[in-house]
Amino acid sequence: MLMTRTTRRELHLGLVFISPWIVGFCVFTLYPLLASLYYSFCDYDVLSRPVWVGLLNYRDLFTDEVFWKSLGNTLVYASVSLPMGIIVSVMVAVLLNQPVPGRGIFRTLFFVPSILPLVAVAVVWLWMFNTRFGLVNEVITAVLPASWGQGPNWLGDERWVKPTIVLASLWQTGGTVVILLAALQEVPQQLYESATIDGGGAWVRFRHVTLPMISPVVYFNLVMGIINSLQVFVMPYVLLGDTGGPNRSGLFYSMYLYQNAFSFSQMGYACAMAWLLFVLIMGLTWLATRGTRGLVYYGGA
Amino acid sequence: MHIEVTYWDKWTGFELDAMRGVVEDFNQSQDRIRVKLLPVGRIYEKTMLATAGGNPPDIAGLGSAVVPSFAERGALMPLDRRLREAGIHQDDYLPVLWDACSHRGMVWALPSTPATLALHWNKQLFKEAGLDPDRPPGTLDELHSDALKLTRVRIARNGQTMELTYPELTEREKTDRRFELVRVGYLPNVPGWYDAMWPVWFDGQWWDGRDKATANSPANIAAFMWYASYAEQLGRENVARFASGLGSFASAQNGFLSGRVAMVQQGVWMYNFIEKLAPGLQWGAAPFPGVDGVLPTDKSYTLVESDVWVIPRGARHPDEAFEFLKYASSPQALEKLCMGQRKFPPLVKVSEQFVASHPNPYIKVFIDLAHSPRARTWPKLGIWTEYQNEIKVAASRILSGAGTPEEALGEVQRRMQRKLDRQTQRWKLIGDDRLREWESEM
Repeated sequence: MLMTRTTRRELHLGLVFISPWIVGFCVFTLYPLLASLYYSFCDYDVLSRPVWVGLLNYRDLFTDEVFWKSLGNTLVYASVSLPMGIIVSVMVAVLLNQPVPGRGIFRTLFFVPSILPLVAVAVVWLWMFNTRFGLVNEVITAVLPASWGQGPNWLGDERWVKPTIVLASLWQTGGTVVILLAALQEVPQQLYESATIDGGGAWVRFRHVTLPMISPVVYFNLVMGIINSLQVFVMPYVLLGDTGGPNRSGLFYSMYLYQNAFSFSQMGYACAMAWLLFVLIMGLTWLATRGTRGLVYYGGA
Repeated sequence: MHIEVTYWDKWTGFELDAMRGVVEDFNQSQDRIRVKLLPVGRIYEKTMLATAGGNPPDIAGLGSAVVPSFAERGALMPLDRRLREAGIHQDDYLPVLWDACSHRGMVWALPSTPATLALHWNKQLFKEAGLDPDRPPGTLDELHSDALKLTRVRIARNGQTMELTYPELTEREKTDRRFELVRVGYLPNVPGWYDAMWPVWFDGQWWDGRDKATANSPANIAAFMWYASYAEQLGRENVARFASGLGSFASAQNGFLSGRVAMVQQGVWMYNFIEKLAPGLQWGAAPFPGVDGVLPTDKSYTLVESDVWVIPRGARHPDEAFEFLKYASSPQALEKLCMGQRKFPPLVKVSEQFVASHPNPYIKVFIDLAHSPRARTWPKLGIWTEYQNEIKVAASRILSGAGTPEEALGEVQRRMQRKLDRQTQRWKLIGDDRLREWESEM
């Protein structure tokens, strides 16, 4: 296609204006991305020159039990914490949307946890879940009959580690709640009115009016949730340390990746892990998009 | 105008002050070089990353355990030529420490403040339990029987909750294990820092010194059978519950300092915590018994480690950095530093005055242990970080009963042998280049 002088000039001018962004993107995003792809085919310990090893890192990954274990842990965690997180936040958002006195205070209270630094929160959970002196077990002992025994060894017992992390993660859903609240306020009142006139009760209104109308936002939170829960790192790292708790029951994908990169200096191996995680997240997001196609309602679009 | 040498170290508190004293002495002794000491947290990772980024400190204070992996990755400068010229000689140092600082035939680090491990026991609790407070257990069996005598449990008997010593329990109660531990005599997993050390006391090894991992050797399996035996006897759940209730190490709620754990295997630094957090504690230190039973202190088992000074590759002022290391490695400076940190110097000869004026009444035990032929350092493996990690996981599996020592250590063996093979392969590819490179830098 031929360009006139003016369009060409405008194009150049335009490029000059967005060049800070383009340069920034190339230097700080594109280059590291491509470099990590290259390193994933190398034996690279950061200090010395990377040595090309072809698919060796990927082949090693497939026979590395700890890799599979961390992947399994992550998938289990994601498949429990993600639906629970969405259900809890929709419930909380709907409740906070009710016209009750002190609504503003409740909304603030539910949002506060999500602005706290994750590490600080994790340290508090560490004490909450302490087997002997933790508040959680204190309550369990007070509420349950003594014959049931004491509360579980939350972070020390293989069977309890993942549930503990899920529980801790559910506390910080404030961000999701706020987005859902905004969506709830967008739901047209006349829909509720007509549903009421047609004899719909609270559940019917929720199921057939509220849910469809906020479905794009729920979908958005689903996708963000997939990404975040597969990358879970800070909470388990602080609660369980390097090795990921008893028998690696709380060793998640990102923790093993971090370990390889920064504790074992196996940067090539870690890069290969990072790319596999990328592919996995892409795949799951695609699946989520496919799976929810008929369920998400985009107004007139 | 003087040259500024940057020096990173891990110390805080009085240990930092002691190091700072030596740095200031050096700065005052001449006016060409000024050493600037900076306390740095997570120093291994930071030194490694700073070196990779081409902007390392001139001196870093690492630990002897990481010297091989740092050296092998090319993060350090070999010191051989400079040591020769400065007249710093191998024979002056404890052989085991000098050995820990060398790798692939070259010397990469200088020991600064070493530590050995010994059994610490609470004399007051020994007295209460009817044991001789001046006679620590001499064999592993004695350790076991003493430990049980020192253990106290809370148990419901005939509908009443009472506190009893372990030997006062009936056979039935011992096998049911439905009690709560109030105090224990000894637990190998408290405080649980170094799960990898136990083979030292069982004449075991993690590695054959060349290219074979020996994680599941019979001696190592025996070590971990012993490791698990305490929890098995007292009940794994009970032990896990008890251990999770102990306060953090550097607090008065520390199990040993608060009298809830009567015996503990700890380093020469333990004295500092006792003095600060539990000054009234009546305690003693003696070699921790190993498979061979009672041995003289200077023939006994121990793990020995040392903090070390290194010059990272790419340091701006290696010559000036070494000037400081030379100064700090003189017997006088080392004694001053180690006295300040309440440890002992890494040298073969220690002045009588040092021992006599040392505040730790048991310092001689730790010094003698460092001279023992059974004093071992961590294996000199480039993959030791991974290996140690793997052992930690295995130890927790063994302790919780999720795997037998054979299974858990077998898995460690399989995984680490594979890593070791990779490392050997890699070294074959690049080793010759590396050695040439190092020799040219010496």
